[in-house]
Amino acid sequence: MKSSDIRFSKLVVFINSAVPFSLLAWDAYHHRLGTNPQEFVLHTTGTLTLVFLCLSLAVTPLRKILGLPWMIQFRRTLGLFAFFYGCLHLLAYTWFDKAFNFGAIVEDTLKRPFIFLGMFGFLVLVPLAVTSTNKMVKRLGGRRWSRLHKLAYVAAIAGVIHYYLLVKADTRVPLAFGFALAALLGYRILNKLLPSLTERKLARQSAIKP
Amino acid sequence: MLIKDPDDVKSSEITDESLYWNRRAFIRGAALAATVTATGLLYRKLATPNQQPRNAEGPQSNAAAGYVTPEGERANDFADITNYNNFYEFSTSKGGVAPRAKNFVTRPWTVEVGGMVLKPKTFDIDDLIKLAPLEDRVYRFRCVEAWSMIIPWLGFPLKRLLDEVEPMGSAKYVGFTTLFDPQRMPNQNDDDVLPWPYVEGLRLDEATHPLTILAAGLYGKMLLPQNGAPLRLVVPWKYGFKSIKSIVKITLTDRQPRATWNEVAPDEYGFYSNVNPQVSHPRWSQATENRIGEWGRRDTLMFNGYGDQVAQLYSGMDLKVNF
Repeated sequence: MKSSDIRFSKLVVFINSAVPFSLLAWDAYHHRLGTNPQEFVLHTTGTLTLVFLCLSLAVTPLRKILGLPWMIQFRRTLGLFAFFYGCLHLLAYTWFDKAFNFGAIVEDTLKRPFIFLGMFGFLVLVPLAVTSTNKMVKRLGGRRWSRLHKLAYVAAIAGVIHYYLLVKADTRVPLAFGFALAALLGYRILNKLLPSLTERKLARQSAIKP
Repeated sequence: MLIKDPDDVKSSEITDESLYWNRRAFIRGAALAATVTATGLLYRKLATPNQQPRNAEGPQSNAAAGYVTPEGERANDFADITNYNNFYEFSTSKGGVAPRAKNFVTRPWTVEVGGMVLKPKTFDIDDLIKLAPLEDRVYRFRCVEAWSMIIPWLGFPLKRLLDEVEPMGSAKYVGFTTLFDPQRMPNQNDDDVLPWPYVEGLRLDEATHPLTILAAGLYGKMLLPQNGAPLRLVVPWKYGFKSIKSIVKITLTDRQPRATWNEVAPDEYGFYSNVNPQVSHPRWSQATENRIGEWGRRDTLMFNGYGDQVAQLYSGMDLKVNF
């Protein structure tokens, strides 16, 4: 793939990642967020955070299975959008649920496991967002950087449990996120044990060809 | 100047450079437009709030029609009351109930009233709602999820129905059951949602309290399916889930009846479930609430503001234990 094509496909990923936010903002501006707009914004931004966390964790399996190494270029964009939607989610909670009463937020966090897990997942994402620049990758060194960024798994697991704990009875959607995440993490374990089965190597592929 | 070379492609077949870049730009533009449209449609499908046009019954007209609480709180919009519902038999999404309940048929319908009564009777719904004159009751409605509305119910005291069947002296509680019909209530096909049918219960003195009503309508009109047609309970000082919908059976007993949410999560939902800002749900605070239509949060009132009328029912009881 040509570098200009890669740059363009990164732009496509960026713009598409911004689509949910644009529509949410558009609906908010036109007062079309339904009967309970505060709750709608809270739930939508929370779900989007999990969606983008899962998408960012899907990049590595996809690029290995499909043998498309340039896909790695999308990971940072998707991960940063997960953080962006996470910030909106936290802002919605702080504003609509707690009216910027920070004492109540601390109390809520310590008292309720699902809030604690949500806060924990968000805080875990902060250093990842801070170290997402090329400069920071260089400064940390590739190996340390990638070890640090394994925390994305921790954030995703905390996020899914956070969602699972908050629903009243119908756990089907959080469970679906749980299965997706299990598949994404399961792939990594399998890939470590049986790399030949779980990824497509460009070199080998061309060697087999007559 | 073109180089004449027989192996080369004819000059007429070489795409002009500007055209080449135009085509590239066109393909890119199309790819971008297509993916953005797809993402937008996906978002619209998965995360679109329920959009009902605000009809004539805006807050002002509600007030004009007298739909205000004695404290002066105006009733919520008809559109909000009828499009934001917890009715898990149809959907676990509050915006999803109205469309899925749209074709729910409520006739014929009977309500079986029995158990510890002297005159058990199965009522046809049209006879039942004529037992007493229907009256407007503008009540606060507080959901356990910490949102609230003002709803102008149309109904009559439950006591009127109970008087009809004459409870025995030994009867201490009243149990209620929602219709069980998975063909008409699609989520009842899925046992993972809740154990069906939905059941609820009250102590007899709560059931006969003048504030406790059977509602057959709201805003002066018959109930829509999403609000619990054709007949539901309304107990304004308790969390909304106690006010069971689409009732088919009422049973008087001497033992505390089963209650669905209490059974599913006894540490989260007590049998009494009186609105109480001091007893928080294990997962969220009940001290404040989000009144639909308002921006900030309100303080939740003890017994949802009906304490002067109902507190004596619980005198001597520890409401932190009997939550």
